[in-house]
Amino acid sequence: MRPSNGPRPIGGRWRRRPHLSNDSKSRLAAIGRRMLPFQAAGEEPGRYGVLRRNMTLLMILLTVVPLSLMAFINHREHRKALRAQTEAPMREILVRTRHSGEIFLAERRSAISFITSASTYEQLADQAELNRIFQVMKQEFGGFIDVGLIDASGVQVSYAGPFELVGKDYRDQEWFQEVLVRGTYVSDVFLGYRRYPHFVIAVRHLEPDGRSWIVRATVDTELFSGLIGSHGNVPGGDTFVVNRQGVLQTSSRHYGAVLERVPLDLKDAGLEPLITETVDRSGRPAFLGMAAFETVPFVLLYVEPRGTAWEPWYTLNNELFLVFIASIVVVFLVAYRLASSSVSRIEKSEENQRRALHEMEHGNKLASIGRLAAGVAHEINNPLAIIDQKAGLMMDLTENIPGFHLGPRFGELASSILNAVDRCRTITHRLLGFARRMDVEIRDIDVNDVLQEVLGFLEREALHRGVQIQLELDAELPAIASDRGQLQQVFLNILNNALEAMPEGGKVVIRSWRPDEEHVSVSIEDNGSGMSQETMKHLFEPFFTTKAPGYGTGLGLSITYGIIKKLGGEIQVDSELGKGTTFFVTLPMRASPEMGA
Amino acid sequence: MKRWKALLVDDEEEFVATLAERLRLRGIVVEVATDGQDALARLDEVDPRVVVLDIMMPGVGGLAVLRHIRENRPDVAVILLTGRGTTKEGMEGMRLGAFDFMMKPVRIEELIARMIEAVEKSRPEQPGGAE
Repeated sequence: MRPSNGPRPIGGRWRRRPHLSNDSKSRLAAIGRRMLPFQAAGEEPGRYGVLRRNMTLLMILLTVVPLSLMAFINHREHRKALRAQTEAPMREILVRTRHSGEIFLAERRSAISFITSASTYEQLADQAELNRIFQVMKQEFGGFIDVGLIDASGVQVSYAGPFELVGKDYRDQEWFQEVLVRGTYVSDVFLGYRRYPHFVIAVRHLEPDGRSWIVRATVDTELFSGLIGSHGNVPGGDTFVVNRQGVLQTSSRHYGAVLERVPLDLKDAGLEPLITETVDRSGRPAFLGMAAFETVPFVLLYVEPRGTAWEPWYTLNNELFLVFIASIVVVFLVAYRLASSSVSRIEKSEENQRRALHEMEHGNKLASIGRLAAGVAHEINNPLAIIDQKAGLMMDLTENIPGFHLGPRFGELASSILNAVDRCRTITHRLLGFARRMDVEIRDIDVNDVLQEVLGFLEREALHRGVQIQLELDAELPAIASDRGQLQQVFLNILNNALEAMPEGGKVVIRSWRPDEEHVSVSIEDNGSGMSQETMKHLFEPFFTTKAPGYGTGLGLSITYGIIKKLGGEIQVDSELGKGTTFFVTLPMRASPEMGA
Repeated sequence: MKRWKALLVDDEEEFVATLAERLRLRGIVVEVATDGQDALARLDEVDPRVVVLDIMMPGVGGLAVLRHIRENRPDVAVILLTGRGTTKEGMEGMRLGAFDFMMKPVRIEELIARMIEAVEKSRPEQPGGAE
């Protein structure tokens, strides 16, 4: 079986043909994996994974942290600005409303004060006169429910209003004690005898002669409520007054009617308006403004739902948040992709470096083994020559002594010494690459011709072994400048190996093609026994042989490798045990001119 | 055919003496020199037609002897025979005009064949090989 394009060498200076079938590609990949000795060593797994992860994390950290920080600061500052923007009008409303409330109370207090001071006790005690004064009060100020005179002992002397209160004794009541001490008194709102919400203003008058009396008026809460509630009519806004215990003194839109208790924390309320955030009755976020009254123990409250003012901010915030999330996602993706591509580039370049290093090491190793072997061969040649001559002389001598009964025996012994020397000579001479023709001849040669010549030498051998030889030579192959004799030796060595790998017959396919403008390639593929990875590793080393001792020097492929390198080419091998072996030889169009020893 | 002489030059006495003896057994007239100086001193006295010359020798080396012979006695053929020479030195020898370059250990029949060839190709009246 053979793919349509045939196997192509990978790597090195060889360019692949562009039109490879998938089958060929996967086969190429397999070749790349199995190709020894230039296979890169296995790397520790996960090293690049860790690098990729760290790079990704670092990039994400470097982008997400500032982004988040910026988003956070932006959010906070924006909120702060918006809050300031919200607070200013709230403060104004609080101050204005409180002011109105204070004026309302002050007016009423002043009115009572005026009546108390401008009238005599007798006038006030006169029911008709009091009625008249009450009518004027109702006309001028509004909100008064009744008015009455109480003497120093706390007994109601006269009364103008809807109830019958004359004679009622207030002596033991708290407000009475307070008004005696302080001079004026404003009560909290209460229901009292009258059974509807009102509050009381009482003012004491002290005559120079020591006599004193008290005028006490009741004010309707409704007017006060209306006044307070009329402020802050932002949609959803709510202004109302509570006492220090949180009991409503005016009605609230959301917190209920007068005298109900509101669940708000008032302990921080002071003269200076204070704005806090809270949730309103319906659970929505709201701003709560509070400011204490100066003259009465009341607190003005103003609740404004946050939604109305902050709607645009929330919309913007949501949009920004979406943008933020999208950015984070993009950052993640980009960081991962960037890290991945960087790491795979690093991986690739390290792989290449390792490959190059490995190749170089292998070349160096072969070169130093070669030098070592040559040195040994040189040293051995001289003593070997002595043995050769001595044994030769022994042989000569035994032949020349007639009648020496041990002659034939000695001759035999000498002959076997000479045979052994011959074997050694073969080894040392091959090691030294010794050839009678010293000068390398670079001529224009046709590689196809050289292959045909070599096949000429081997035809009989192939026939004898039952090996079929198939040629797929590129007829357009250009002539290259190289050494014919050396190339003959190269192809002879490879083909000999191929034939020896197929003791029971088989098939050898020889191909030639042009991988690019600068090179010519030859592959020799057999379907013989193939080689193990271990064998492939040592394939080009001198003295490495799989043959039985005495049957091979282990130098053939080492010399082949040396020649190819000398001629500026490349040799690679792909093999699989039991399937066969393919040698790839690539030669430059012009062999390098330096032809060292 | 007139008898010609060969001069063997090699510092390895064990080798050169035995080789000389074997060549003599084969009817070749052989003289031996064990270093370069000795060889040059006895060159005219021995008057060989062929010199079998080692390259690596103490003192005057083989290539120096070769150069001297090519300059002064171009009629004498030189066969380089070495165990430790590199192909580089072999090539240098060939360039200097050696008839051949052989590597130890050498088969005696082969050596004799090359010696005869050398003698035949380098008659005194037609010296060959020199540049």
